[in-house]
Amino acid sequence: MLTCQEMTELSTDYAEKRLGLADRLRFQLHLGLCADCRAYVRQLRAAARAMGALPEPELPKALEEELLRRFEGWKKR
Amino acid sequence: MDPAEKVRLPPDEAALLVRLRAGDRDAFTALVRHHGGAMLRLARSLARGAGAAEEVVQDAWVGALDGLERFEGRASLRTWLLGIVANKARTRAARDGRSVPFSALFEQDPDAPAVDPASFLPDGHWRDGPRHWAEADPERLALGAETRAAIETAIAGLPEGQRAVITLRDVEGLEAAEACNVLGITETNQRVLLHRARARVRAALGPYLGGARAC
Repeated sequence: MLTCQEMTELSTDYAEKRLGLADRLRFQLHLGLCADCRAYVRQLRAAARAMGALPEPELPKALEEELLRRFEGWKKR
Repeated sequence: MDPAEKVRLPPDEAALLVRLRAGDRDAFTALVRHHGGAMLRLARSLARGAGAAEEVVQDAWVGALDGLERFEGRASLRTWLLGIVANKARTRAARDGRSVPFSALFEQDPDAPAVDPASFLPDGHWRDGPRHWAEADPERLALGAETRAAIETAIAGLPEGQRAVITLRDVEGLEAAEACNVLGITETNQRVLLHRARARVRAALGPYLGGARAC
């Protein structure tokens, strides 16, 4: 049986589907029995998805203008 | 345009690229507005200071324009552009004579634990398991003022290699192989960095969601 500490170390390999069959089954068995590790894995997933939902930074107006200036320079070459 | 490119690119983007190659300013503006935010975010994760990040984005667009004929559409346009951002950041780091070489940012000791060992009993079980989160909906975590600030601060405080990997993987949503290509790192190295980074962002959210414990 994996320990909770081992579970935290394998959590990304599990999420990334990089565990072999035996380890994956051991991981899932522990998850089925341990509410704390289920919470940990759920929180990791929520944090990862929340990062994907962050709003994109605005492109500063001055940067966009500078890019257009450089585009005009590129065109002339 | 070769057929592979048509397959990979959304139709309007393929049309924009054709116009861009012909020197169309509006096409350039449209692409800058669509991809510029993601490029700036990666540049900020790799360069030191806002000014340096914006210069990296400028260099990257000029590099992209110069290399436009070499874009084959094997990667998505965004992944290709992000790869150029990473290259320009690397060039800039070398030019600025950074004391830590760019490549060293991605070296990690794979045995260091992502979660503080003090969170566990000697037998490896949680000493005091993770607290229940009052909010676990990703959208609300990303848009709530406090939790969003906590996530952004946590990402900003990560070591640079972790920050670059998590920016590409979780923030931008790239696949592992794409992130490895962009940063020029191995798949294993990428996974170790992602592992550490996710654990730290999760830990940073805890205090705002009812989990006062560090683990």
